Amino acid sequence: MSGWREHLGTAVALPREGIDTDQLIPARFMSTPRSAGYGEYLLHDLKHAGAVPDLEGASILITKRNFGGGSSREAAVYALIDAGFRVVVAPSFGDIFSGNAINNGLLPARLDTAPLLDALADGPRDARVHVEAGTIHLGNHVLEFELDAVARTKLINGWDDIDLTKAQTKPIAEHRDGLKASRPWIWPGAR
Amino acid sequence: MFDKVWDGHVVTEREGACLLWIDRHFVHEGSHHAFAKLAERGLPVAEPSLTFGVADHYVPVRAGANPSNAVARMIATLTDNTRQHGITLFGQDDPRQGIVHVVGPEQGITMPGATIVCGDSHTSTHGAFGALAFGIGATEVAHVLATQTLWQKRPKTLRMTVTGTLGAHVTAKDLALAWISQLGADGARGHAIEYAGSAIEALSMEARLTLCNLSIEGGARCGMVAPDDTTFAFLEGRPYAPQRADWDDAVDFWRSLRSDDGAAFDREVSIDGSAVAPTVTWGTSPEDALPVTEHVPDPNNSDPANAERIADALEYMALRPGQPLAGLAIDRVFIGSCTNARIEDLRAAASVLAGRRAKVPGLVSPGSSLVKAQAEEEGLAAIFEDAGLTWASAGCSMCVGMNGDIVAPGERCASTTNRNFRGRQGPGARTHLMSPAMVAAAAVAGAITDVRPMLEDRPLRGAA
Ligand code: SF4
Repeated sequence: MSGWREHLGTAVALPREGIDTDQLIPARFMSTPRSAGYGEYLLHDLKHAGAVPDLEGASILITKRNFGGGSSREAAVYALIDAGFRVVVAPSFGDIFSGNAINNGLLPARLDTAPLLDALADGPRDARVHVEAGTIHLGNHVLEFELDAVARTKLINGWDDIDLTKAQTKPIAEHRDGLKASRPWIWPGAR
Repeated sequence: MFDKVWDGHVVTEREGACLLWIDRHFVHEGSHHAFAKLAERGLPVAEPSLTFGVADHYVPVRAGANPSNAVARMIATLTDNTRQHGITLFGQDDPRQGIVHVVGPEQGITMPGATIVCGDSHTSTHGAFGALAFGIGATEVAHVLATQTLWQKRPKTLRMTVTGTLGAHVTAKDLALAWISQLGADGARGHAIEYAGSAIEALSMEARLTLCNLSIEGGARCGMVAPDDTTFAFLEGRPYAPQRADWDDAVDFWRSLRSDDGAAFDREVSIDGSAVAPTVTWGTSPEDALPVTEHVPDPNNSDPANAERIADALEYMALRPGQPLAGLAIDRVFIGSCTNARIEDLRAAASVLAGRRAKVPGLVSPGSSLVKAQAEEEGLAAIFEDAGLTWASAGCSMCVGMNGDIVAPGERCASTTNRNFRGRQGPGARTHLMSPAMVAAAAVAGAITDVRPMLEDRPLRGAA
């Protein structure tokens, strides 16, 4: 996965609270292999209920509190990415969703979105997001968002955790051997 | 307790993230993305003996059910992946099969003080044993498979002290819905909860599992209860639990995990357990919960910040502002899921249903095949069937509808599950969450109702 520092794109408002993972992608679509693309499933049922504005061409989603709560389904992130999104801005996110987003290069930016939602009341607008500075520029607004330090580093470097961990083979083996010696019963049936 | 377990698993640290050793990893049908990632890189599974596979999300549970090709393929893929990597599988036809968060504790795979992960948010369930258990995404599942470790940022700690005792027929489900409605569905975001206090200590293992299961619905990363004699009594002799000398060793270690007197927490919340009433949800988030004696909120009398969401939820749920919750007619019931389908849950529901008829149709799906067998032996299955409900086999079933068991559009379902999200039980389904006894009461009344009067002068079913 390649990292990124800055993104210029179209911001669109989705002024709803608590968009959970079941709304982001209903469970019935999740047996699809990733290669088939998940973009068309994004917010599927809400879209069909006419409750979602046109998201076509947008890459920055501005929404309300408790976005991505619920299930651990990474497919919720796949649906956003495959539909073209790089950034979601909300006052709060589900913890597992945030982790999944970072692991796929999607920025979950935390901030009070009320001013941005106002600014988007008449429709989508261009916006610029700086990961390092932690800012989003939209019209006259320059707002700072919150992001954990480690999440920021991962996003910028496009770190792949498995590669990162491969460098730790020795301490992992030591930890494991220590456990095998002190608490062998952790390995079930291995006695 | 959290700190002790966390610190004991840190392999190394980097930029505020800890590399944690993982003691127990569960995979299910949904883990196909992770296995595909592993295959892409040609990596083996690092510790197959610490990984367990369970078929639950997609398994058909109704007798004679004809699974779709997609459903059958999901189950076959799990079988292939676990076989290829030498992972123990509790597959569709295994007598020990069931929902992953029921099977783990039942088999003694879940242990105090362990780090336990699974690509499923309700992994928080296992925290009932004093384990550090949380749900992870597919990329992380692949990472655990490949390395038996996981990078995680240390969550903050929140101690939730529940004082007093829960009232008669008030359950862990009611307690959980009550705190989530107070703190909000994101109220415990970024926190590991330690449940403590007299009302918690008095809970059975089954009830602790229900409480920890729902931690995620309040936004918490995980929930934990300190291991005690209740925990050890439950675990002793289970197939995968440590045996003989190892058992004594393990118990000594587990006892040391309790929080020390004066331990510091980032946040403290206190709840009066005796003030909790049977609770039901009215909206489309678990935070939309109220005592059954209450009325549906009126957006016009609410904080303007919430008014829009409340109005929206009421529209989806087809409810009038100010309408009493009791008396609201329902179309069907579902008793099942990793939240409330253990033997104690089925006994509670059967206590209400014994000698009564359900006015609406419903499905009862036990949490595991072993729970199913036990319920049949105790005569609970017969009670459900005599009441007119469908007795099914074990799986996630109508909790998430992946196997095809869904609530029809516009139907109102009283459900023992954990999520009343829009469309969770099927497109357009209207879900009201409540305890198993409350669901049973709703089945008998054909409407949401307070279970307490229905259980007056009735013996509660205990262990047979
Ligand atoms: S029963 Fe429901 S919540 Fe539990 S694991 Fe299955 S789908 Fe998830």
